[in-house]
Amino acid sequence: MSNLEKYDQIFTETFEIGKADLEGLKYQGIPAWDSVGHMTLIASLENAFDIMFDTMDVIDFSSYEKGKEILSKGEYGVDFNA
Amino acid sequence: MRSFSTTRIWDLEEYADNPALLDENGDSVTYRELKELSDSAAEAVGERCLVFSLCKNAIGSVVGYVGFINNGVVPALLSAHLDDDLLRNLLKVYSPSYIWLPEEQAEKYKDFSVTFRSCGYVLLKTGYEKKYPLHSDLALLLTTSGSTGSPKFVRQTYGNIKANTESIIQYLKLDRSERPITTLPMNYTYGLSIINTHLAVGAELLLTDKTLMQKEFWSFLKEEKATSFGGVPYTYEMLDKLRFWRMDLPYLGTMTQAGGKLTPELHEKFAKFAEDTGKKFIVMYGQCEATARMGYLPPEYAVEKKGSMGIVIPGGKFSLVDVDGNEITEPDITGELVYEGANVTPGYAECGDDLAKGDERNGRLVTGDMARFDKDGFFYIVGRKKRFLKIYGSRVNLDEIDRLIKTEFNIEAASAGVDDHMYIFVTDQKNAEPVRDFVIGKTKLNPVAFKVVVIDEIPKNDSGKTLYKELTKYYDN
Repeated sequence: MSNLEKYDQIFTETFEIGKADLEGLKYQGIPAWDSVGHMTLIASLENAFDIMFDTMDVIDFSSYEKGKEILSKGEYGVDFNA
Repeated sequence: MRSFSTTRIWDLEEYADNPALLDENGDSVTYRELKELSDSAAEAVGERCLVFSLCKNAIGSVVGYVGFINNGVVPALLSAHLDDDLLRNLLKVYSPSYIWLPEEQAEKYKDFSVTFRSCGYVLLKTGYEKKYPLHSDLALLLTTSGSTGSPKFVRQTYGNIKANTESIIQYLKLDRSERPITTLPMNYTYGLSIINTHLAVGAELLLTDKTLMQKEFWSFLKEEKATSFGGVPYTYEMLDKLRFWRMDLPYLGTMTQAGGKLTPELHEKFAKFAEDTGKKFIVMYGQCEATARMGYLPPEYAVEKKGSMGIVIPGGKFSLVDVDGNEITEPDITGELVYEGANVTPGYAECGDDLAKGDERNGRLVTGDMARFDKDGFFYIVGRKKRFLKIYGSRVNLDEIDRLIKTEFNIEAASAGVDDHMYIFVTDQKNAEPVRDFVIGKTKLNPVAFKVVVIDEIPKNDSGKTLYKELTKYYDN
């Protein structure tokens, strides 16, 4: 599974939504992505990519796209083209 | 209009030039302005009557609430996010004269006319002919859970609010230097008690609907030098996850916790963190039926008495009774917790006619919580008599869930679990998803909290009562 597929799957499973809903998805944009859902999402991503988010990045993770940008940063080094 | 000059909860004039409210957009209101704005809102209502107030942590919401309470208008506090159908049902049951709601939501109610606007809120006149008589002591209506749509309100009196407000101010030692930031909904008794108490001492409330998981919340907290916040157990789990320990928050002096029992591990972690950083961590105990608070653990005992909800608040009395109704006087014996005090509310309302009801409890509340006390007199909650869970701080009645499932699907099902984790047991795989979706839709809580387990049959005793204890073996861990 590619990193992008892994990332997408965590979103679709955590929020119980389809792949088509991911683009443009924002925090509080759907009922499931509230603070509770956010914590579950963060924990699943940390597990799947074996990383530990910095607090600033947890609270900056405001959309599906923003999350990709954060994970691509040096300290996490997730390559979404791989 | 009735005047409550002698029993007013807040004396806004006393703090005239102090800032009272500040929101995340930088809008602010002094106590003098709060008095003028809130009196105008009550004036627009013009009589003692019932008003549905759709709450947010925003200036307009607080202005309406303060004006209504201080001028004898009775608000029923509901969430601004309340489901439309549920609201329509409540309107039918209680027939309020007005609705006070955020401007942007007004267009949903085109059949009602706007009679007043202020601070981003509007007053809608419902025009209902039916008006239920209001008991003269009735100040406020609050929901206990609110989520499953039951029209049950807790009735609170002016005396209740005043007594609990004074007691909380005394044990938390609140004064006008405080700057609490909102972390809980205003229509939730714990969130409301923070507003009630701080306005009574002339402090400044920092209002935001942003959550702990948003950058904007933390910027607001830091820039405005918030001195305190409150949280339910789930709030503290989030703070733990956010590695709150590493944040530099020199102005934050007090963290309070209520709305369910924190794990002893987290209790200890936060108590120690507070001790190390010169902050206060205060665990508290309460219920909407007792206005808000009944017990608190003085911060100097936070580490030593971890897992305890503390001692009774000033002016109250705790006792424990055994199954025969006799008082337990020895430590370490579990019994049902009973509270007595002026903040015990008179009772519930389940329909419009109940709004005329008087005191049904006479200052004595049988809490439904099972507790024990240690040799030093500190109380520990050990379980519940009634079948409900607290999920993210909201009360969810399990018998009601069972009933709702039965009505909707006509199948055998049982709900059980521990706080923040509900398990729904069904006997047919094909019902698993629909039942789960249904319960999520009804409670409006995050799906993460709900798990369906398919079992061969729901365990029951000879008389047909569900044996919920036998279901505990299916829980995770």
